[in-house]
Amino acid sequence: MTGSGKDWPLWEVFVRARGGLSHRHVGSVHAPDADIALRHARDTYTRRMEGVSLWVAKSADIAASDPTDTDALFAPAEDKVYRHPTFYTIPASVKNI
Amino acid sequence: MTDPLFDYTLRLGDDALILGQRLGEWCGHAPTLEVDLSLSNIALDLVGQATHFLEYAAELEDAGRDADRLAFHRDALAFRNCLLVEQPNGDFGRTMARQLLFSLHQKLLFEALAGSTDERLAGIAAKAVKEVRYHADLAAEWVIRLGDGTEESHNRMLEGFEWHWRFVQELFDMDELEAGLAREGIAVDRTALRPAFDAALSAILAEACLPEPDYPRPVTGGRKGHHGEHLGHLLAVMQHLPRSYPDARW
Repeated sequence: MTGSGKDWPLWEVFVRARGGLSHRHVGSVHAPDADIALRHARDTYTRRMEGVSLWVAKSADIAASDPTDTDALFAPAEDKVYRHPTFYTIPASVKNI
Repeated sequence: MTDPLFDYTLRLGDDALILGQRLGEWCGHAPTLEVDLSLSNIALDLVGQATHFLEYAAELEDAGRDADRLAFHRDALAFRNCLLVEQPNGDFGRTMARQLLFSLHQKLLFEALAGSTDERLAGIAAKAVKEVRYHADLAAEWVIRLGDGTEESHNRMLEGFEWHWRFVQELFDMDELEAGLAREGIAVDRTALRPAFDAALSAILAEACLPEPDYPRPVTGGRKGHHGEHLGHLLAVMQHLPRSYPDARW
């Protein structure tokens, strides 16, 4: 801690629910450093057996797309249905695809 | 003459119960929401341990009392917890000093108790030791950050440990009752845990830029029911509701 009197930085929390799945964003915690952030994430988001692995990343380190660019970035994909694998039947027993 | 195993199980349960209650007092008052959750989690782990121990104690006693009866309808004199766990929370530094001392000792105790010839005690300890390793780890992280933090946090950590040094010896005291149970392979020989405790504590204190312990004359008596004034106040809060409404269900 720096003792500057400022709030602790914000950390984004990612939880892997089980082996084989990707880490998913679940929320954020405040913490003075990465080690404590991991412990806060553990205590805040995995108290009910939600995970087997945790990542934390400083929120300030995440680069985000600009909301005003939404059309330019995402609209062109709207009419390209052939990019979706909708022409296959997925077996009922396959989950998490 | 009470059953020594009942008394021993009560000691284990009361340590967890009283510290769980103390940590619960932080709920809604911790420095941040995240720390609030950390402390409440440890508190709930400890209350869970206490439930297992007191349920077993009630079965051993076989006198019609259950775990709740033992927790909420005993007076201070009948509690068998060590004095360390009943100490007031003080500031966050003092709470973390107490947690480190208790959890380091409880980790070693439960690792050994998991090999007890008493299957119930061994089972409770084997399950709880995973929780306790985390408690000790979290407390160590905070002691290191506060000890090696600002001048104020360093001084508060110093004061936190100063308050608690006199209660450490009791964690490792053996009396006739525990020595007898230890000979049967039921209880843990606490004196054998001390070197590992001292070594682990020294390493953490060094990393936290805090001095080695300067132990004053020990204060003991908790195992015989000789408690400080603080326990009565704690029990008044903890027991008020079940004593006022003995048949209440929720």
